Amino acid sequence: MTTVTTKTDQTVKGVLGEKLGMTQVWDADNRLVPVTVVKAGPCVVTQVRAAETDGYSAVQIAFGAIDPRKVNKPMSGHFAKAGVTPRRHLVELRTADAGDYELGQELTAEVFEAGQRVDATGTTKGKGFAGVMKRHGFSGVSASHGAHRNHRKPGSIGGCATPGRVFKGMRMAGRMGGVRQTTQNLQIHAVDAEKGLLLIKGAVPGPRGGIVLIRTAAKGA
Amino acid sequence: MHKFDELNAASMRDDVPEFRAGDTVKVHVKVIEGTRSRVQVFQGIVIRRHGGGVGETFTVRKVSFGVGVERTFPLHTPIIDRIEVVTRGDVRRAKLYYLRGLRGKAAKIKEKRDTVPAKAASKSQ
Repeated sequence: MTTVTTKTDQTVKGVLGEKLGMTQVWDADNRLVPVTVVKAGPCVVTQVRAAETDGYSAVQIAFGAIDPRKVNKPMSGHFAKAGVTPRRHLVELRTADAGDYELGQELTAEVFEAGQRVDATGTTKGKGFAGVMKRHGFSGVSASHGAHRNHRKPGSIGGCATPGRVFKGMRMAGRMGGVRQTTQNLQIHAVDAEKGLLLIKGAVPGPRGGIVLIRTAAKGA
Repeated sequence: MHKFDELNAASMRDDVPEFRAGDTVKVHVKVIEGTRSRVQVFQGIVIRRHGGGVGETFTVRKVSFGVGVERTFPLHTPIIDRIEVVTRGDVRRAKLYYLRGLRGKAAKIKEKRDTVPAKAASKSQ
């Protein structure tokens, strides 16, 4: 039997932000640290879900400026209910302490502190139609020894008369990137509350200017 | 250029002297041994400057007991106490990798003469 871990007992903090790019900084021991700079927030709480009314507890946060004329009636009604101006991006965080949030409450980079572990979710850069070597890390075919125009091909994709077909899910060439991806257990190197910047050690999915969701690490201590 | 130039500026040093490939420099490096720290000098010829901004590096080459030693430093690293330019070299390239194949007198770099050469000076007058 596998134990089912529920999200009900976890308190998750999160904030939406814009990835600004990568740079490097020196830490206290003069070691070089590669960091991703994320302009986090300001986000607002637009809805608080409770177990009694919605069946689970969560908090919905919104981020990013949008022209109010471009917001449709249902959405502008939703934002009006929370008493905030419309935002571009909405995201829901399942957290046990949703009751502590209030509608319209502002969330900034300060929800995190230096040293904390976080997960970063973003949409990866699109790579277009990519071959199996790039897309799945296949080894390709020999460069020499009589290999004839086979260098980046996948090789065999299955048997002949048995099974007489190609198995479903066989990894082949195709569209790569442009999908939602989460990088887990990244460390917050520093928080610049004044400018609303988060310095996250390591890489975060997506291009510069992409929207990223930073939240408390699901795994790890 | 970037939206966080200010952030980069915070970790950049402003006491870096002007130098280029071919110059001989003394790099005073802070070395931490256990609890106490001291300054070690690495003297040699700069064979390259690489990159730009906060990530710029430079490589210093010296020949120590007949063995070539190269050390690459980030230009803005805090472990450098200071950089001292000893001589300016007269070189025609930005990357002096050819020095690796040369030994002794052939690996010597001419010193740059800052004063205007005598011929040119007499012509202008």
